Amino acid sequence: MSDVNTRKLLSDPLLDNNPITVQVLGVCSALAVTGNVTNALIMGAAVTMVTAFSNLTISLLRNYIPSRIRMIVQLVVIAFLVTLVSLFLQAFSYDLSKELSVYVGLIITNCILMGRLEAFALGNKPLPSFLDGIGNGLGYGLILLIVGSIRELFGTGSLLGFTFFGEEAFHNIAFLKSGFFHAFFHNGLMVLPIASIFILGIIIWIQRSKNAELVDIS
Amino acid sequence: MKFIRDFMDKIEPDKKSSPFLHTLWDGIDTFLYVPDHVAKNGTHIKDGMDLKRTMIHVVLAMQLAFLVGMYNIGHQHYFALGLFPDFFSGFGAKLVYGLIQFVPIIIIVHLVGLGIEFIFAAKKGHGIEEGFLVSAFLIPLIMPPAIPLWIVALATAFSVVLAKEAFGGTGMNIFNVALIARVFIFFAFPGEISGDEIWVAKDYTALHHGFNSLASVFGSSDFLSINAPAVVVDGWTGATPLSLAAKAGWAGVQDYTVQIAGATYHPYSLSNLVLGNVPGSIGEVSKLAVIIGALILVFTKIGSWRIMLSMVLGAAFMSILLNIISTMSPDFTNPFIAVPWYYQFAMGSVFFAMAFMATDPVTASGTNTGKWVYGFMIGVVGIIIRVLNPAYPEGWMLAILLLNVFAPLIDHIVLQQNIKRRLSRVKA
Repeated sequence: MSDVNTRKLLSDPLLDNNPITVQVLGVCSALAVTGNVTNALIMGAAVTMVTAFSNLTISLLRNYIPSRIRMIVQLVVIAFLVTLVSLFLQAFSYDLSKELSVYVGLIITNCILMGRLEAFALGNKPLPSFLDGIGNGLGYGLILLIVGSIRELFGTGSLLGFTFFGEEAFHNIAFLKSGFFHAFFHNGLMVLPIASIFILGIIIWIQRSKNAELVDIS
Repeated sequence: MKFIRDFMDKIEPDKKSSPFLHTLWDGIDTFLYVPDHVAKNGTHIKDGMDLKRTMIHVVLAMQLAFLVGMYNIGHQHYFALGLFPDFFSGFGAKLVYGLIQFVPIIIIVHLVGLGIEFIFAAKKGHGIEEGFLVSAFLIPLIMPPAIPLWIVALATAFSVVLAKEAFGGTGMNIFNVALIARVFIFFAFPGEISGDEIWVAKDYTALHHGFNSLASVFGSSDFLSINAPAVVVDGWTGATPLSLAAKAGWAGVQDYTVQIAGATYHPYSLSNLVLGNVPGSIGEVSKLAVIIGALILVFTKIGSWRIMLSMVLGAAFMSILLNIISTMSPDFTNPFIAVPWYYQFAMGSVFFAMAFMATDPVTASGTNTGKWVYGFMIGVVGIIIRVLNPAYPEGWMLAILLLNVFAPLIDHIVLQQNIKRRLSRVKA
């Protein structure tokens, strides 16, 4: 396996083969957990871990799984990894795990996982599969990060919990306590999950107008 | 008039070297003159009514609502201050105040919306499309008078880009563009577009000082001079007819009184509601002006009378149904359902939605049977949202957007039924 291919395995899912904007998988969780950046980051990291290691495991087992029951085997592996991530979160960040519990559990149903297992891990060697998993997880995380930052900044005026706009902004820094940062209207639409659809749509629009190869009019 | 034609021909920019300038020139040219290019082959019905001419009829039809709404901004403002409580007293001051409040909204909508249209038209390499001409007049009419201008700009940009250009421009949109602008504000900044505080425009202290100094120079005349207090009120809160009806039914609307400058007024008498002497979104206050606009649309055959009539029938049907329910179970806790069905039409913006929103030919159903179903369902759903859902004060915006989604499906079913009926005739 050449270096170029290795790099492509990691870089392709970030842009030209992004799991959300190009493959249009895993959109449901991208709507649900992007209310703020912290949740988006944790979710991105969790999905990256699960895709990477489930790809690796299934790729190792690919010659031994009877094709008729492969879905069940895949689900068992994914469920195991998701439980692991969930327990890890509960052990080290209990508050976050309470907030994200439903969504972390629902990683099992994330289409990206089954999609990558079916499309890649079942037909490739362990190392490329592992890298493909990491790449796709990062591509997912990147979109979550973009959507989450826009929604948190315009919806609540903060980023990563740090307030930039509104009454609370920079209340202990004298020279920044100007009208510009305080005159802020909460955009209620951005707090609703619907905002993610608009932002995702705009990202897809921009991406496809830049790269005509991605346009798939049937 | 020939010199204009000659002038336009002389300054036509080259399409290849300066596409942006050519788009601008083309927009002005087709606005002034009916384009002379004709279809090359096949049989066509020749008609002078191209899209721009059709659109301008709609704009003309809404002018009366436009004027009454603008004057009403001023009237409600001075009424809240306790000056000129009669509708026609202080005519000049009210008109000027309404102009000052309303014209910036129109200008900002045109600047933002036409700017975006222009950029997209130049990028796509075709002429400026006409659709925004109507939307740009509808958006200001469905805004409350106290709306901040930047919110109007944001909502216009949102609706033009996402509801129209993303779907392919004029004639391709699924949703009513003007209503998308309103629904954006409704969900993004709910405090700015619904509630009790926003229907009366706030003060312009400088304006009042200007009037008073004018009066001191030219002598007191009833046209402009008013004795405004140096500091006018910061805001004015008054319940809307719909929120009163939700609390206490039609009696609550009629019994509502306001105390202004020692006098007591019944602001929501039936004649006030019909003529438009009430606070509300700018264009929809006067039922009379809106109905005249609707009649103009019907007689020029621009708006579909089927949609208008069936929407009124649908709303009446649902209101009567709710009235029957309320008489059958008197302990029903919602007083709104007992409001007599004919008074439902006196409150809110049912006629404005009927005349200018539901009849949008792009987003409505196209077949005649489909139009009846489409309008009727808007009436039914609108009354349901208005009366039974306490979270939404008025239902027409959401009802029309919901039925916009179903319009192609209604047309599809009508066409399939038609095909099936005719096929069975062939077999027999």
